[in-house]
Amino acid sequence: MSLFVNKPGLLTTVQDLGRFGVQKYGVIAGGAMDTFALRMANLLVGNEETDAGLEITMLGPDILMEQTALISICGGDLSPKLNGKPLPLWRTVLAPKGSRLSFGKLRQGCRAYLAVGGGLDVPVEMNSRTTYLRAGIGGFCGRALRQGDRIPLGAASLRCLNLMGLLAREADGDFGAVSHWSVTPGMLPPYSPNPTVRVIEGEEYGLFSEESLRSFLNEWYDVLPQSDRMGYRFTGSKLTLREKTELISSAVTFGTVQVPSDGYPIVLMADRQTTGGYPKIAQVITADLPLLAQVNLGGHVRFRLISLREAQKQYVARERAIRTLRSGLEQLQK
Amino acid sequence: MMNPGGSGSGLNRSNEMKIIPLGDSALVVKWGESISLDTHQQVRQLSDYLQEHPFKGMIEYVPAFASVTIYYDGLELMAEYADLVDREDRDFPYQIATAVVTRIMRQLKDIPVQPARVVEIPVCYGGDLGPDLDVVAKHNGLSTEEVIDIHTSADYLVYMLGFAPGFAYLGGMSERIAAPRRETPRLSIPAGTVGIAGGQTGVYPIDTPGGWQLIGKTPTRLFIPKLMPPTLLMAGDIVRFYPISRKEFDEWEGTKP
Repeated sequence: MSLFVNKPGLLTTVQDLGRFGVQKYGVIAGGAMDTFALRMANLLVGNEETDAGLEITMLGPDILMEQTALISICGGDLSPKLNGKPLPLWRTVLAPKGSRLSFGKLRQGCRAYLAVGGGLDVPVEMNSRTTYLRAGIGGFCGRALRQGDRIPLGAASLRCLNLMGLLAREADGDFGAVSHWSVTPGMLPPYSPNPTVRVIEGEEYGLFSEESLRSFLNEWYDVLPQSDRMGYRFTGSKLTLREKTELISSAVTFGTVQVPSDGYPIVLMADRQTTGGYPKIAQVITADLPLLAQVNLGGHVRFRLISLREAQKQYVARERAIRTLRSGLEQLQK
Repeated sequence: MMNPGGSGSGLNRSNEMKIIPLGDSALVVKWGESISLDTHQQVRQLSDYLQEHPFKGMIEYVPAFASVTIYYDGLELMAEYADLVDREDRDFPYQIATAVVTRIMRQLKDIPVQPARVVEIPVCYGGDLGPDLDVVAKHNGLSTEEVIDIHTSADYLVYMLGFAPGFAYLGGMSERIAAPRRETPRLSIPAGTVGIAGGQTGVYPIDTPGGWQLIGKTPTRLFIPKLMPPTLLMAGDIVRFYPISRKEFDEWEGTKP
């Protein structure tokens, strides 16, 4: 059974949490830009967090449900609708066979994540179902979705079937049903068009001039149009090293803030290369990567320095909250 | 890029090991800021060990010229190894990861480095497959045959993979065939093309734009995503190129699946 693509939207790709274990071969990790949103969407439909969903960018697709399934949309608000009626984010929805999922105006953020009960059943390549666009690997035929594509769904888990049973009782004809449960607002990252993003010092932090560090941590930086899944390019005050330094290539990761010789910072995102040789001024903390993933072109970002210990405290708190939500969903079914 | 085997390998030997964070989900074991065989052996020793004995909570490791980066799952480390650190650090994954890796580094001292794998790569030099072979020859006052001789007579060490899937940073090319990058990069260079840029040589594993001088092409595939590992080369390998004729190249290409 499957999803049928009536209209593909601007850039709709199959993503999971990324391709791990192959970065040592030079293969990029990729994966969802806002992994928090994809994980939540998966949990809400009873999937594993690592299952594949759709990453929907700015202009959403038009999708026909070819079977009744649980769906959840999390992340950016692209005005999702089921058979023309608005759908809330961060909830479980029972979408009946023949219903049409569409999107409208971009209201907040820029990337929405659609999870479907059973997950998207595209082949696993190099440990992942993620689409690696540049190499044409993984996902649905190695590319973004096109009109007429039929995306196969996996078998629904027991958790998924249980949630479906709960919602079926409340179903309302061809609209299906929306859960009364949702991700609590307090758990959501503080998404904003102009967020303050927390960073820790990068390896070469101390090599930048004092003036540059002051600018980096106090001024707004604007997201340039050349930004994409590989990296966000910023403009603002130039960042310069106290003296010229030659570095040899080493691993870089999601959120690494590197500064090429032109002095303008680049934050590496999901489709970053595995290694790099530019000075690393800072590193965006894992807990705040979703904020960045939802910033639109032209958005402003401010960076705030915290310690590694504090960053890991945030990380641990987020992970524990996700586990609590997961067991809460399991409790519902009892 | 850097020049493996160049001046960086010489005098400044501050290659003492240290561990530093890369963000809140990885740490880097590094040995200074220069490229040398000694350092490479250290990188290999740790990489080989992690390949054979991945520890609980390790997601993956990425070797580079003078470092090995280890990605970890903080919560899993806290569950498995909290007893390795002081009480106040038991909810501090980086400290725990550092303790685990420090313990591994102590054990490594007694483990010999495995002998390198040798990978032979056939190359059809010159012609339309290597349109810049003449440029490299002229630049160095050599004949094209001499360039091929020099290129095929060295053992190249794979220091690391990066830049593109399966792209090997090779050390060991003779300075006698070094050549500057092209002023205007080509928009697309086909997979398998062998090039020279500065004092470095390499093979493009996938179609990529690039500014290298192209001297030939191999029919061997360097990146096959359906296989695991997906790449022909791995860090620590020794590469040897050998010349094949255009006829052999075409036959080889014809037998590809």
